[in-house]
Amino acid sequence: MLNPASASSPSARAPLLQAIAMTKRYGSFAANDSIDLDLYAGEIHALLGENGAGKSTLVKTMYGLIQPSAGELRWMGEKLELTGPSDARAKGIAMVFQHFSLFDNLTVAENVALGLDGVESFAAMSARLAQVSRDYGLPLDPNREVWRLSVGERQRIEIVRALMQNPKLLILDEPTAVLTPQEADQLFTVLFRLKSEGRALLYISHKLDEVKRLCDTATILRGGKKISTCDPRKETAASLARMMVGAEIGEVKATSARATTVPRLLINDLSLEPDDPHGVHLKGISIEVQGGEILGIAGVAGNGQDELFSALSGERLAPHEDNVIIDGHAAGHLSVTDRRKLGAAFVPEERLGHGTAPRMKLSENALLTGHAASHMVHRGFVDKPKTLETVDKTTKTFDVRKAKRDPEAVSLSGGNLQKFIVGR
Amino acid sequence: MQLVLERRAERSTKIAILSPLLAIALTLVTMSILFAILGKNPAMALYVYFIEPLTDSFTLMEIAVKATPLVMIAIGLSLCYLANVWNIGAEGQFIMGAVCGSYLAVVTNGTDPGPWVLPAMLLMGALGGALWAMIPALCKVRYGANEILTSLMLVYVADLIMDYLVRGPWRDPQGMNFPTTASFDPVATVPTLFETGRIHWGALVALIVVALAAVMLGRTIKGFEIRVVGAAPRAAAFAGFNSKRLVLFTFAVSGALAGLAGIIEVAGPVGVLQPGISPGYGFTAIIVAFLGRLNPVGILIAGLFLALTFIGGEGAQISMKIPLDLTKVFQGILLFYVLACDSLILYRIRLIASPKKAIHGTA
Repeated sequence: MLNPASASSPSARAPLLQAIAMTKRYGSFAANDSIDLDLYAGEIHALLGENGAGKSTLVKTMYGLIQPSAGELRWMGEKLELTGPSDARAKGIAMVFQHFSLFDNLTVAENVALGLDGVESFAAMSARLAQVSRDYGLPLDPNREVWRLSVGERQRIEIVRALMQNPKLLILDEPTAVLTPQEADQLFTVLFRLKSEGRALLYISHKLDEVKRLCDTATILRGGKKISTCDPRKETAASLARMMVGAEIGEVKATSARATTVPRLLINDLSLEPDDPHGVHLKGISIEVQGGEILGIAGVAGNGQDELFSALSGERLAPHEDNVIIDGHAAGHLSVTDRRKLGAAFVPEERLGHGTAPRMKLSENALLTGHAASHMVHRGFVDKPKTLETVDKTTKTFDVRKAKRDPEAVSLSGGNLQKFIVGR
Repeated sequence: MQLVLERRAERSTKIAILSPLLAIALTLVTMSILFAILGKNPAMALYVYFIEPLTDSFTLMEIAVKATPLVMIAIGLSLCYLANVWNIGAEGQFIMGAVCGSYLAVVTNGTDPGPWVLPAMLLMGALGGALWAMIPALCKVRYGANEILTSLMLVYVADLIMDYLVRGPWRDPQGMNFPTTASFDPVATVPTLFETGRIHWGALVALIVVALAAVMLGRTIKGFEIRVVGAAPRAAAFAGFNSKRLVLFTFAVSGALAGLAGIIEVAGPVGVLQPGISPGYGFTAIIVAFLGRLNPVGILIAGLFLALTFIGGEGAQISMKIPLDLTKVFQGILLFYVLACDSLILYRIRLIASPKKAIHGTA
C-alpha cells in the first residue's frame, strides 16, 4: 500500500519534479537566481551550499511555503503552481524540517493527526501510524507525550508523519544535524529503503561525507545561483567544498597561542536547575579555556547546550560567583553587561529573536550588545553615527551581503546575519 | 481568485503613516451607515461631528482642553505598550492622581498658604498616580499576576475611593450635600492661558511631555531598551536589559503621567474634586496611543482628533439629538480599524488566481 503508483525505474529519465529558472527576489536581493533542478524517482539528490546560498528558499518554494518571483515548477511534466503546503502534500510532496513543528504537550498520535489533511478517524490513523513506523523500523509509542522524547525520536515523528502521506518526493532539511552518529546510521537505512521504493528524495546537508555516501546526484548553490550538478561519489570532499565556497579552502593554521597566565574562561563545578519544566539540569560542569584555544562542546542538541550558554552569558546567574571565572574575575553573579565589560562576547544559537531583534535595523542590533563596552552611549544618549560605523566595519571585514546600508535584521539571510552577529 | 496576506521583507514606512488615515476613513464610512440606520442625515451628522467644532474659537480651545489629558496619558501608555507591558488602568491612575493632589487643596482650603501649593499638588498627583500603578507592576514582577486584569480592576477601586472621599470626609460643608469638595482656592488652581476660554497651562505641560518622550525614545539608551524588550524579549535579555525593572519603570512613568493629567484636570478646568471628572480619558487614551502609532508626535495628533470626537459628540447630541453613547461606539470602531490596518504594515494583500485543480494519478 505504500508503493507510489508511479514506481518507475530510475533509468526512465523523465524527471518527477523539474524546477526551471526558479527565481526569488526580496527587494533588490535575489535569494534564488534562475535555478534549474531535476529530481528523479528512485534517486537521492543532495542540495549543497554555504549558509545563505539559497537552499532553504529553494525547498520552501518547492513545498509551497514561498511563492517564486519567476520561473516554474513541473510535476511529472505538467506545470505546477502551489498555493501552500497542503497543496504540495496533496500532490505528493512532503518535507521534514530542520526545526520540528511539534506540540510538546500533545502525544505522538495527536501531533501526527494535526499534521495530516485526511478525513480518517483518529483510531484508523493511529493504527496506520503504528503500521508505518513498524514497516520502516522507526519505532514510536503513539501515546507518549512529545516532551518526554529525545530529539531523534521527535525527528522520527516528523518522518513518519511525512511517510503517512505516501509522498512521491520527500524533502529533508539537514536531518542529521540533531542526531547522534548511531541515529544517523538508522536514518540512512530508512532513506535507502525509501529510495528503493522509487521515491525521490531531496537531501540538504553540510556534511560532505554523508552526501558522498548517500546521494546519487548533488546540486551546489552559491550566492543564490546554481554552480553545478555532479555525481558526489566521483568528487572528493575538497572538490565539493571548493564549489560551495568558490575558492580554494586554505588549511586552517592556528596562530601560536599567546601565553596567558590565567585561563580566559574557567567553569568550576557548575550546577544549575532548569527554569522551565522541559529544560535540562546542569550537573557539576568544569571547563577551562586558555587564550588562543578553541573549545568545542560536543553533544546531541537539547542536552544542556542552551542552558550552559545562558549560564555563561549571564542570562541566568550561577549559584556561586566563582562557578564562572572570566579572565581571572569571578563572574558567576555578574549580568550580561558586566561580563561584556570583562571582554567576553557571545554568539547565541538562535539568530533571530535571541542574537538580534528581527524587526530592528542592524545599527540598532549593533547597539544591542555594544551599549555597555563600546563607546556608543554618552550619558544615556545614543551616538547613532557610531552604531552605523560598527555596521559598516562589520560589513567590510566579514563580507555581509545585504540589500542596503542599514536593513532590518530579519531581511538578511541566516548566514549573512550570522556573519554580522559574529562581527559586531 | 483568492485573497492572500503575504509577509513583507521589511516593514513599509509608507503604510505605517497611511494606516491610521485608512482606519479613520473606514470608521467614517461605518459611522455614516450607522447614522443612516438611526434616521439621521450622514453628511449632516459628519459635519456636526468633525467640521463644526473647528469653525469656532471657543470649541477649538475646548478641543485643546480635552486633548491635554488624553495626550499626557497616551504618552505614558505608549511607553508601556512599546515594552509589551499592558497598563489598561490609566483611568484609575488618573483618578488617584486627582485625589492625592486634591488632598493639599482640600486641607489648605481658605488658609491662603502661598504659591507653593500648586507645584506641590502637581507633584503629589504624579506621585499618587505612580504609586497606584506600582500595585499591578509589583504584582506582575513578584507574583506573575496578569497586569491587564489587575490594572483594570484597580480602576473601580480608585473610583470608589474618590466617591467615598467626596461624599464623606472631603465633602464641601456649604455644598448642599452634593458629592463634591469645596472649590479650590486660586493658588491651588492651574491658571488659564488667556482671558477667555478654559485653555490652561496644562496644555503646555502636555507639549513638553511629548517633546521629552520623543527625545527619550529616539535618542537615549533607555528608549532603545523599551523598544527592544517589547520587540524581542530574549534578545533584550541577551543585551543585558532587565525586563522586570523595565515593567516597574514603564508602569511608574505612565502612572505618574496619568496622575499628573488627573490633578491638572481637577485643578484646571474642573476646579473641584467630584465624581465624573473623567469622561473615560484613561480608556480613550489607549485608542489615542495606538492611533498615534505609539509615536509621540502621532499621539499628539491622535489626541487632538479624539478630543474633536468628544466635542463633536456633544454638539451632535444638542443639535441633532444623536445619543452621546455613539461617541464611544465611534471610538471603539476606530480602535478596531486601527489594529486591523496595522497588519498591512507587515503584510501585503495580494489577489491570487487559484490554480486549476489538476489531478495527477492516484497515491
